[in-house]
Amino acid sequence: MRSLKTTNFNSERINVNVNSANLSLIYMSEKDINIKITDREGAIHKVLAPTDMAMNLMEVVRAYELAPEGTIGICGGMAMCASCQCYVLSGHDLPEMQDDEEAMLSEAFYVKDNSRLSCQIEITPQIEGLEVELAPES
Amino acid sequence: MISTDILIIGAGPTGLFAVFEAGLLKLKCHLIDALPQIGGQCSEIYPKKPIYDIPGFPEILAGELTENLMEQCKQFQPGFTLGERAETIEKQEDGTFIVTTNKGTKHQAPVVAIAGGLGSFEPRKPLIDNIASFEEKGVEYFIKDPEIYRNKRVVIAGGGDSALDWSIFLSNVASEVTLVHRRNEFRGALDSVEKVQELKNKGKINLVTPAEIINIVGDDKVEAVVVSQSQHIEKEFEVECDHFIPLFGLSPKLGPIANWGLEIEKNAIKVNNALDYQTNIPGIFAIGDVNTYPGKLKLILCGFHEATLMCQAAYQIINPGKKYVLKYTTVSGVHGFDGTSKTAPKAVVKAIN
Repeated sequence: MRSLKTTNFNSERINVNVNSANLSLIYMSEKDINIKITDREGAIHKVLAPTDMAMNLMEVVRAYELAPEGTIGICGGMAMCASCQCYVLSGHDLPEMQDDEEAMLSEAFYVKDNSRLSCQIEITPQIEGLEVELAPES
Repeated sequence: MISTDILIIGAGPTGLFAVFEAGLLKLKCHLIDALPQIGGQCSEIYPKKPIYDIPGFPEILAGELTENLMEQCKQFQPGFTLGERAETIEKQEDGTFIVTTNKGTKHQAPVVAIAGGLGSFEPRKPLIDNIASFEEKGVEYFIKDPEIYRNKRVVIAGGGDSALDWSIFLSNVASEVTLVHRRNEFRGALDSVEKVQELKNKGKINLVTPAEIINIVGDDKVEAVVVSQSQHIEKEFEVECDHFIPLFGLSPKLGPIANWGLEIEKNAIKVNNALDYQTNIPGIFAIGDVNTYPGKLKLILCGFHEATLMCQAAYQIINPGKKYVLKYTTVSGVHGFDGTSKTAPKAVVKAIN
């Protein structure tokens, strides 16, 4: 399995970042897309996500450990817990919400018009450049 | 004081299977779980969802798996402390542990196995500024004793199965039931949704949708809730009530276990996976989703394996110096503590003339 690479522009890790940014350029596969994720502390992470591993956005967040284990993806990705709620900041045309996602969001907290469950967002070439922010833990 | 051989914290699939494996070694188990029912996530979050990676079961519903595990281990007569959260652990001079729950129930055992999954399930509390000050004063996140609502006015908030089911149940107990949900659509079993519709038509449930509770009113106890409804035009109004029950599901928190002196990494308990899944404290093990080690996979089937090896180590602690000889259930059968026995039928040896 290909390892996941991260470019973290968080101030404290700037030295590490330069290296990992370079690595990312070297190893970036054509099948990877760029995603910008703002974590719950407000730090912005530019990450590469593979489109050929049947991953969803929640799994990408977990793979990069952008939220503590146990606080995201609790139900495993069944749209049954809302712990992976995120706000979509870019204007991407995402696939429409299914009934279960809509129902779960109607019971979640901190919901906004641009809320989605990240476990229901598949990593596909169509969402290249997607920008999201993780909703607070609840 | 409840005494047992292995005290298991968490009654999910891993904890239940540990009861069976312990039973084969003649060790008794008692389980503590914060939820009022067994099954952990399998019964709380996704009972109706199929699982496809339980060995030997091409497809099984999480709820059925829980029932099967209970059926498999019942002859070993596990004890249960349900609806209570394990709070503190104290090591005794004789090497045993005493685990006390949030309700003060004490349990003593020489071996403690933490099979706590992602932690104990805590209610998700709605974002209402003053809600904390009304807890135990008319705001309840769980329904423990429905009788306290007899002839009272109750407001329930939520849109899932528990909000629907309790609205139906309490419509026969309370003097008035109001169900408030953010949308007109509910997420629940079809019969529950239809039943609420019927009770609404009969005037037995006062349904307020799409709406949200934004405030609680009262001196010292709940007297009313402020509802914001956004059908056609936005409006706010008060609904007088004695109880407000927000039912927005539960979310797991590692909780007090995090303060037991165990080595924790990424919200999980570090264990020795080369040997027996013991933690940094001898006698305390962690099995299933709650533990971590290099290469850890949070899968039910991995929990089963971990539970099995943990029981072997527990056997050595409880029976020091005694050598255990592995026996196959096919050969030895299963002999319950309740006197029942299951054994393979003997082959018939008979001449054919």
